[in-house]
Amino acid sequence: MRRARVGERSELDAMAMVCVLPSLLYVLVMFVYPFLYGIYMSLRPAKLLGFSLANYIVFFTDEWQYRTVWITFGIAVPNTIVVVSFALLLAYGMRRGIWLERTITTILVLPISLGVILLAEGILGFYGARGWFHQILLGLGVLKEPLVLTHNYIGVMLSLFMQQFPFCFLMLLGYVSGIDPSIENSARTLGAGPWTVFYKVMLPLMAPGIAIAFALVFVMSFGVFPSAILLGQPAGATRTIAIAAYQQAFEFYDMSYASAIAVVMGLFQLAGLLVIILLRRRMVMAATMGVGKR
Amino acid sequence: MKDTIESLRFRITKRFGTKTVLKDFGLEVRGRQFITFLGPSGCGKSTALNILAGLIPATDGDVWIDGERIDHLPPEKRGFGMVFQNYALFPHMTVYSNIAFGLQLQRRPAAEIRERVGQMLDLVQLPGFEERYPSQLSGGQQQRIAIARALVLHPRLLLLDEPLSNLDAKLRIEMRAEIKRLHTNLGLTSIYVTHDQTEALSLSDWVVVMRDGILMQAGTAQEIHDQPRNVFVADFMGFRNFFPVQVASVGPEGVVEGTGNGMRIRGRTRHALGPGAAAVAAIRPDDVQVGEHLGGPNAFHGKVDIVEYLGRENEVILTLEAGPRLWVHTPERVVPGESVMVVFPPEKVIFLPPDGEGVSA
Ligand SMILES: Nc1ncnc2c1ncn2[C@@H]1O[C@H](COP(=O)(O)OP(=O)(O)OP(=O)(O)O)[C@@H](O)[C@H]1O
Ligand SMILES: [Mg+2]
Repeated sequence: MRRARVGERSELDAMAMVCVLPSLLYVLVMFVYPFLYGIYMSLRPAKLLGFSLANYIVFFTDEWQYRTVWITFGIAVPNTIVVVSFALLLAYGMRRGIWLERTITTILVLPISLGVILLAEGILGFYGARGWFHQILLGLGVLKEPLVLTHNYIGVMLSLFMQQFPFCFLMLLGYVSGIDPSIENSARTLGAGPWTVFYKVMLPLMAPGIAIAFALVFVMSFGVFPSAILLGQPAGATRTIAIAAYQQAFEFYDMSYASAIAVVMGLFQLAGLLVIILLRRRMVMAATMGVGKR
Repeated sequence: MKDTIESLRFRITKRFGTKTVLKDFGLEVRGRQFITFLGPSGCGKSTALNILAGLIPATDGDVWIDGERIDHLPPEKRGFGMVFQNYALFPHMTVYSNIAFGLQLQRRPAAEIRERVGQMLDLVQLPGFEERYPSQLSGGQQQRIAIARALVLHPRLLLLDEPLSNLDAKLRIEMRAEIKRLHTNLGLTSIYVTHDQTEALSLSDWVVVMRDGILMQAGTAQEIHDQPRNVFVADFMGFRNFFPVQVASVGPEGVVEGTGNGMRIRGRTRHALGPGAAAVAAIRPDDVQVGEHLGGPNAFHGKVDIVEYLGRENEVILTLEAGPRLWVHTPERVVPGESVMVVFPPEKVIFLPPDGEGVSA
């Protein structure tokens, strides 16, 4: 975009390189190397000599294994949509500040500081068959018999929502409240009602933030592991791809096969990110086009 | 063009928590005028404008346009145009889409939109800028697009909140003329917020001077300039020299004489000041005459303290023999330490009630 003049270039680039170096090193050591090593491992099955795609072939021909991909998508996609939508709604509503804002924000953010395990214990206790939730609803006569909210799909969704909502909300709140209120005000004076302002003006301006929120929540949900074990049915309905990889690595000690599963997981996460980036482009274009021509 | 309004009347009170920002701030004006809200920073000008636009609710009061009460209407139903201090263009839209935004919401035919946007760009003298994004425009260009975006809808009332404060001095004067030209050519009713008295005087048919959310004086630019009603407005309008006096005698046609600090000052007043009343005599630095040969009433001796060269004239600060300091603008050459004679022409001296009084519409 911006071009440095010829004389400035070398100096600027040198500065930029020095600043980028630590993060570059970090990415190389903590991400690129393990990832490449994982790919290498996955291509060298234990029982064979030399390179082979055998692990991948086994994974995609074994229904017990490959259906973990769908199970994981089935958890990650709805969870991401629910988390981001709720966080966006709340952040949008709070963009101009509200009464008791700090208190409410603190309460919302508390779950982050508790850690996954404690949170899971809490959910088990509260939503379990003998927990408060059912005690109250049964006591009030709202329910005839307890719902099954834990050790299944719902349990995992609950847990993921509580872990991811606060940080997603905070991120979006920062993003939304950073948009100059006079932009919204000028749209109002030009004849746009609240809904039109949201759709035509604010949504495109928030799109980058929403896309990042989607990406982060999706990647985190796709790797779901402790919640799927503690609150789900790790041998059935919530046997996610991370569990499959874990079992190969630490129950069957087949590191090569485990690596292959991990690589598959990484590829699907990447594919998810790509879709999100494409959707974001469309969203911005749709909103601006809608204003341009009809 | 759709007709502009015939009359505007409002009276508003606004409190933020316990802080009263506008106190019974009211006005009644005819349409097709250029009205300015003038006052120092924080006096509530923007708040008043935003309440008129419907962007923030008033704590109490009402707004009437052409005999119809409109303060319950949301901003999008008021048919006003607003230009913001920071322009507030939509950064994700081109200049074309920015200006077309309101027309598209009204579902105008595409051909009409195209034509009207083109006309507006010609009007603000930026033809050919359709495909640019706001980030590719200079401050002055953004300002013009913001004005075009508001004007293209033929607003019945145009609200401008310090629209020139982010521009450099030269561009500010150019844009000032531009705004006045558009206002006159299009027969608009405009309310303009500023803290710059020159801007207010040069643009306005009707000036409203505010202080701490209270209306201090409203009138034509000339009235406000020549006959400020109290010390605050006088100060804002460039009266720099204030002498507390006690009224000694009152003559016909507002002629009044007062004494204070061993000085006897003659001037005029529009206030009912009886003999013995406390008052303040005020004169602008430009109206004080300097020279040895002068005499008559209101002649005083003083010693020059500081001389500053301003270009066409000097700003001189004197200490009068009687004690008070005096600011003078004069083309005369004087040097610090010199003794000089100064004269306040009686028709240029105004007598005002003491500070804190004389506040009313
Ligand atoms: N949302 C708010 N909450 C509390 N106080 C506010 C709020 N908005 C404005 N104020 C106060 O109201 C007063 C008037 O504000 P306003 O913005 O109308 O001033 P202004 O005359 O436009 O000043 P400026 O020339 O600096 O723009 C100020 O004292 C300000 O601190
Ligand atoms: Mg203001």
